[in-house]
Amino acid sequence: MQIIQPHYHAIARTAQDYERMAMSGVVAVCEPAFWAGFDREYPETFIDYFRQIGEFEPTRAADYGIRHFFWVAVNPKEAENQELSREVLKRFPDFFKMPNCLGVGETGLHKSTANEAAIFEEQVSLAIEHDQLILIHTPHLEDKTHGTRRILEILEGLPVDRNRVWIDHAEEHTIRPILDAGYWSGFTLYPITKCSPKRAVDMLEMYGRERILVNSSADWGPSDPFTLQECVCEYRRRGNSLQDAMEIFYNNPVRFLGQNPKFDLPMLKVEEMREEAEEPVEQPAEESADLT
Amino acid sequence: MLTPSKVLDLYFLEARCMLIEVAATLDRFDRAVDSDSNGDGGDDRIEKLYESLQVLSSKSETSDRSEQLLKLFSGPA
Repeated sequence: MQIIQPHYHAIARTAQDYERMAMSGVVAVCEPAFWAGFDREYPETFIDYFRQIGEFEPTRAADYGIRHFFWVAVNPKEAENQELSREVLKRFPDFFKMPNCLGVGETGLHKSTANEAAIFEEQVSLAIEHDQLILIHTPHLEDKTHGTRRILEILEGLPVDRNRVWIDHAEEHTIRPILDAGYWSGFTLYPITKCSPKRAVDMLEMYGRERILVNSSADWGPSDPFTLQECVCEYRRRGNSLQDAMEIFYNNPVRFLGQNPKFDLPMLKVEEMREEAEEPVEQPAEESADLT
Repeated sequence: MLTPSKVLDLYFLEARCMLIEVAATLDRFDRAVDSDSNGDGGDDRIEKLYESLQVLSSKSETSDRSEQLLKLFSGPA
């Protein structure tokens, strides 16, 4: 089955991960900009990071036949430094022009401070101004409930097209307000700290598959790109059809990401092929006789 | 041996994750019962799960919850 990995931090993973993803059906990955594990001090460090995920990572992915797309953002944790963030934001339009840049992401909130909120709002506004897709990170663990609510409040005051906004890392306690407000919602499958494959399938059963994106967001921490394939298996194990699985794990990413024409993968439909029964060819009597 | 604080540093998130998985499993069972005309089918394994949660919810002075659960889930000796 063909799969799109819509949120994946390839820079933190090995070539073997690309190889195994390719062998297990992944045809495209999308890499948002994120926190490197330490706070960067210089705008130029971000710019080189964007070049790495925008220029170099596609070549690594291509070695295994995988399409690679990327997003630019100052992640919520480093957005605390407003001066640095604003210097980086000035360079976003250069990257929007690249043929594999999908938009602004992952922006959002971490601890939901006033500084984070200001830079989040500025990044969303910049995306709107340049007609870009938006990918939003919701906070971890104990900060998620409040942070998700704040994100929705901030978006409420901005002229966003909600169908072009994906709010990620949703779980059982945050998915409903995201979907009710008309945004796309993402489930991020982590071994410990976010959603599990089984719980993701539970939510698909409860809320349906419309405006849902599932990803593994594999990065440098405890994570595993193959939680996505585990989720596909769990979904199929519960009796869902191959086409239904394709809708969630391939066609839904195409539906959302394809709103940016740079993401040009086609929608796919499973078709059963039946070989026509061959009509027996009757031999003329004379020819048959010749063969004896 | 680890300090109490270190135990939580190392295992709190893992335990949180496992508890949420148990909660999700019980929710999944309830939804299945709601959509099945046979109800829970009289399967007593679900009762074992609820009994085990009672063991977990009490503070124990003997630190033998794992042993208690294994006995609960065991057949007759």
